[in-house]
Amino acid sequence: MASDKRLGLVVNPKAGIGGSVGLKGSDGAAIQKQALALGAVPKALNRAIEAIQFLATLRGELEIVTYPGEMGANAAVACGFEPVVIGAITPGETTAADTSQAAGEMMGLGADLVLFAGGDGTARDIYRAVGTNVPVLGIPAGVKIHSAVYATHPKSAGELAAMYLRGQATDLREAEVMDIDEDAVRQGVVSAKLHGYLKIPFQRMLVQSLKSASPPGERLAADAIACAVIDEMAEDRLYIIGPGTTTRAITSRLGLPKTLIGVDVVLNRQLLAADVGERRLLELLEGHRAKIVITPIGGQGYLFGRGNQQISAEVIRRTGKENIIVVSTLDKIVSLRGRPFLVDTGSHAVDEMLKGYTKVVTGYNQYTVYQVSN
Amino acid sequence: MSQQDITAQRYESGKPKLRRYHQARWDEPIIFELSRPGQRGVLVPEVEPEIKEQVGDAFSALPDKMRRKQPPALPEVSQVHVLRHYLRLSQENLGAGLVSDLGMATSTMKYNPPINEQLARSPKVTELHPLQDEETVQGILEAIYRFEQILQEISGMARFSFQPRAGSQAIYTNVSILRAYHASRGEAEPRNEMIATLFAHPSDAACPSTAGYKVITLYPEESGYPSLEALKAAVSERTAGLFITNPDDTGIFNPLIDEFVKVVHNAGGLCAYDQANANGLLGIARAAEAGFDLCHFNLHKTFSTPHGSGGPGAGASGVTEELARFLPVPTVEFDRQRYYLDYDRPDSIGKIAPFYGVVPNILKAYAWVMGLGAEGLREAAQVAVLNNNYLLKQMLEIPGISAPYAEGKRRIEQVRYSTEQLTQETGVSSLDFALRAADFGAHGFLSHHPFVVPEPLTLEPTESYSQADLDEYAAIWARIAQEARTHPEGVKTAPHNAPIHQITDHDSFEDPACWAMTWRAFRRKAQDDHGQ
Amino acid sequence: MAHTPENVVYPYIPNSVPAIKQQMLREVNAKSIEDLYVEIPERLRLKREMNLPAPFLSEYALRRHVEGLLANNVTVQEYTSFLGAGCYQHYVPAVCDEVNQRNEFLTAYSGRTYEDHGRFQALFEYASMMGELLNMDVVNLPTYDGYQATATSLRMSARITGRQEALVCQPVSADKVSKILDYGKPDMQIRLVGYDKKTGQLDVAALKAAISDKTAVIYLDNPSYFGCIETQGDEVAQLAHQHGALCVVGVDPISLGVLTPPIEYGADIVCGDIQALGMHMQYGGGHAGFIATRDEERFVMEYPNRLVGIAPTVVPGEYGFGEVAFERTSFIKREGGKEWLGTMANLWGITAGVYLALLGPHGMAEIGEGIMARVQYAMNKLAKIKGVQVPGFQSPHFKEFVVNFDGAGKTVREINKALLARGIFGGQDLSQEFPELGNSALYCVTEVHTKADIDMLVGALRKVVEA
Repeated sequence: MASDKRLGLVVNPKAGIGGSVGLKGSDGAAIQKQALALGAVPKALNRAIEAIQFLATLRGELEIVTYPGEMGANAAVACGFEPVVIGAITPGETTAADTSQAAGEMMGLGADLVLFAGGDGTARDIYRAVGTNVPVLGIPAGVKIHSAVYATHPKSAGELAAMYLRGQATDLREAEVMDIDEDAVRQGVVSAKLHGYLKIPFQRMLVQSLKSASPPGERLAADAIACAVIDEMAEDRLYIIGPGTTTRAITSRLGLPKTLIGVDVVLNRQLLAADVGERRLLELLEGHRAKIVITPIGGQGYLFGRGNQQISAEVIRRTGKENIIVVSTLDKIVSLRGRPFLVDTGSHAVDEMLKGYTKVVTGYNQYTVYQVSN
Repeated sequence: MSQQDITAQRYESGKPKLRRYHQARWDEPIIFELSRPGQRGVLVPEVEPEIKEQVGDAFSALPDKMRRKQPPALPEVSQVHVLRHYLRLSQENLGAGLVSDLGMATSTMKYNPPINEQLARSPKVTELHPLQDEETVQGILEAIYRFEQILQEISGMARFSFQPRAGSQAIYTNVSILRAYHASRGEAEPRNEMIATLFAHPSDAACPSTAGYKVITLYPEESGYPSLEALKAAVSERTAGLFITNPDDTGIFNPLIDEFVKVVHNAGGLCAYDQANANGLLGIARAAEAGFDLCHFNLHKTFSTPHGSGGPGAGASGVTEELARFLPVPTVEFDRQRYYLDYDRPDSIGKIAPFYGVVPNILKAYAWVMGLGAEGLREAAQVAVLNNNYLLKQMLEIPGISAPYAEGKRRIEQVRYSTEQLTQETGVSSLDFALRAADFGAHGFLSHHPFVVPEPLTLEPTESYSQADLDEYAAIWARIAQEARTHPEGVKTAPHNAPIHQITDHDSFEDPACWAMTWRAFRRKAQDDHGQ
Repeated sequence: MAHTPENVVYPYIPNSVPAIKQQMLREVNAKSIEDLYVEIPERLRLKREMNLPAPFLSEYALRRHVEGLLANNVTVQEYTSFLGAGCYQHYVPAVCDEVNQRNEFLTAYSGRTYEDHGRFQALFEYASMMGELLNMDVVNLPTYDGYQATATSLRMSARITGRQEALVCQPVSADKVSKILDYGKPDMQIRLVGYDKKTGQLDVAALKAAISDKTAVIYLDNPSYFGCIETQGDEVAQLAHQHGALCVVGVDPISLGVLTPPIEYGADIVCGDIQALGMHMQYGGGHAGFIATRDEERFVMEYPNRLVGIAPTVVPGEYGFGEVAFERTSFIKREGGKEWLGTMANLWGITAGVYLALLGPHGMAEIGEGIMARVQYAMNKLAKIKGVQVPGFQSPHFKEFVVNFDGAGKTVREINKALLARGIFGGQDLSQEFPELGNSALYCVTEVHTKADIDMLVGALRKVVEA
């Protein structure tokens, strides 16, 4: 029952400002000022209201804890809630630090879920404050969303939050927090970082029709994939393991620590090197044959080039295309909605080599074949 | 009241209005709750006094430890109340005889003619023991033989076995045959991969997996089916075979199916055609012409045998002449004089199930075909396709509903729709829609997993429903779509007119401390809760 | 091949009326139905009419045709049958047929727990009544048949223990062994362990010699294929558990009104076929399997097919049903998945529930005792025929027993042919399946056999044997 649940609400009023007027992103005071000057309208409030409306039926049993005015209280009140307001802000000049502080305080107050409205920057700010210590869920309001922590649209964010708070058929899984370096983008260079993981709820089907089998949950699927990869591990072979929740299941199953957002190297089921960069990888490749184990990162389906650049074009070339093992749950592939996996290694030749179809490990003795493009 | 009033209630501007429907709701207790000590449902035949006298204590040879001490705690209910109880429960189901069951797509819920049911319930079928001397069962053997001939012609395959008891078991049988074939050529071990597609029934992957194969499932592309390139990337010298449906569960026909078969053949693999979706193709296209080595039919789909609340169905595995020697034993043969069971098949994979298959269903399927003939079968297929495309047009007129993949193309016998746009606008999911459909006496099948088509809804009209049925069914969805916009909460808390209300407690299904698969477990755990 | 007249309107195809077809074609902007098949390339099309027998368009003609075929069958109502060997002639109460003929049960499929509440409840009740019969808390929805139940139970045991070897205690029917062998591929090793030649029960010494820490499971039928009631089940279960293996027992549920349920002598998984509980024989078409375990997560998680649980709805005091633990832990190393799911045998499950409700505790006890009494009577009388040795084994029997004809100087085949001429189906010939038994047959006696029936058999056999 959702008796006396506490929901933290954080709205980033600056999110999405830039995009509507042709600016790439909305981070930083200078850009935001520029955007407002160009007549941008803050979208975050409306998106937040769309989501929170779905929580209206929980009004009696739900306490919303939020920050003042444009950082949440306005949205909550607009939906008929009487939120508990904490913190202090300078209206019109809210910052990333405010977002992080808000989330941190809500976690401290024992929030069952922190709902936030924003974009990748907001996700990163939330992550800095709470890590995986409290479940969160994003209401999309930013111009570019690469992080996998957002619902597909505000209404489904609200719905999912409501279900989670009611204890209905939801489970938690980890999703990547990504962000693109915006200054680099405006200079025409694309560079993305994987910052970490947030824990988000996802819905499971409750009532079955008894006609066909149900799929395994995310964690079980990742476990099965891990079993499959480990069973095939050859001796004296380097396994270059990229970041991602699915690849983490492999090292986890081997009982090894895994660098959260970095690349690790495993040899004969032991950790040889952790959180390595390109140079170290190339050194190691001198003496060994290797396999690269990667999983698509973020909501865009990048195999290479977003969050695992340490596995550079040269590393890939030396390892060999036939030695790349792609792992992914089917759910993740389905979430790409038919868009192919993407590669952006920095080398046109290597990208071309990788294009086509790749086999993907989706379970134990289970594979699919999926398209790769650039 | 006049005829006018009645017509006005039924129709509006010439179109049928939705019924003021409510499903039977009996609030019927669990049968144990009807129990009263001493009540009897039926009395068993008495042992004659002479036997009792001769034998004495029937248990004298039985050691005490093998003698049941406590009688089983079965309910004690009078016959009157047993019948009444089950009749009430039967009313709380939407069978395909009762409603236009277009919503139970991929299952081909067509009309199950009572004549076939009656024929199969004749004592001349029900009171036959499978091990009787063949001389005494020439009639049923002939029926089975004749039906095999019919399926041979319908598919172009050389031989069939009816031993598999349903579709998935037929797929498994085909996997076994495939394995035996490769084993006979010394290639069983190296060929350990099977290919399937994501839009087919999950058993096309699960059955090979159960048999120990690695399964590569091909992902559909914009066309609605996998590309030839994807297949080529999946195929290798380790390929044992391909299990594929065509059309897939989206109703989209893969026009390159024979090319697919060639690619697999070139790699040394065999191809099995899952003909669960054969209903639109009878007399139109066959397994043989596409080059398949094996196929299977679900007699409880295309061939009209009833679904039985979840079985028994009946499967039919078909193979080319080359693979016939691997079929399960026995096969039914005819030597121009008599029909007989052939056990002399040294290369057979053995037994898949006891005896010869779900014989009453074989007979029903035979009678169904014999009532229609070649022209009738083709008419069934064609009308199924016409019905499907007719419904498709009406469904696409509902704002927010689409039919992803192969847009603008004709579908065969079913369509997988998506309510995604409607869902985004209203927050009502396709599952919510399907649950609300129950309030109008309808089913709505979403999709097998995974949900590649987002917010899916699959509908399969078959040839059994009339134009008015299709119109009524489309009107139901149009109404629910409208409700999603005007009062979504009502849709999301559906059903309201069904025998029971929503179940939201998932601890009962997930938490070992709470779950209960039997009444005794339920009572015990409930007592533990309260008895502390 | 006769041609169907033009423009026949088929009773099963409402839209086969030409005018309706035309109107619908216009609605979909097609000139003819051919247009709707545009996506199928010419080269894949069947270019001719199917060559099928001429149809019987009128229902009367169809009935005559099929009944004409079926007339060439002789039923067990016309002859007296003593056949068993996996398919059994028991009396089917009228209410059982009445219920499974209800169109709503017959034609329903896999609707949800809301609009198909009735079949969910009927199936939950079936599982519940089986639970009482077996004295166990978890029973699945019916699988295809008893062979499948056994095969799946063995694979479940392999998954649970992480081992691959199954020791199968003879005697088990050759057909069942064939199924187990096929289903166990490629990973399971199935080893058959011999039986005690005197008692016909399992050979515990042989089991002890065969078991090791590679053994996942010991399997036995009780009663066995020869009809002998196995009395060493507790020893077997103990032996299995000592080695970290499971004990799986295949039972005949109709015996459990009088025989000890296997869980009480240590079985971990109990399986079998419910055909005897209200299904007509139907030439082998009335089978359905069950698997039962304790209510422990490690067992529950290994079922491949459906477990229906009860749950409260949002209305206080109202309950509904749904699938338990549908996210099974499937990926223990050697098993990629939990077998598969498809249409199985629910209608027979519902019927078995009706049967158990009709019989109740007293009926099940009476029917079991009655069967044992009749079997004993038959064995006693047959034993008096010169040249006939019965029972073949020194054991208590339920429903079936082995009769040896070595002393009669005739093969079972010859004897059965002679019995057939007298309107009797003699017991199943075991001489090929179990050659060590010589000229033996498996005879089955149930509650359908009167004293007169048994006496007639005895009389006929005496004549045949002594001739």
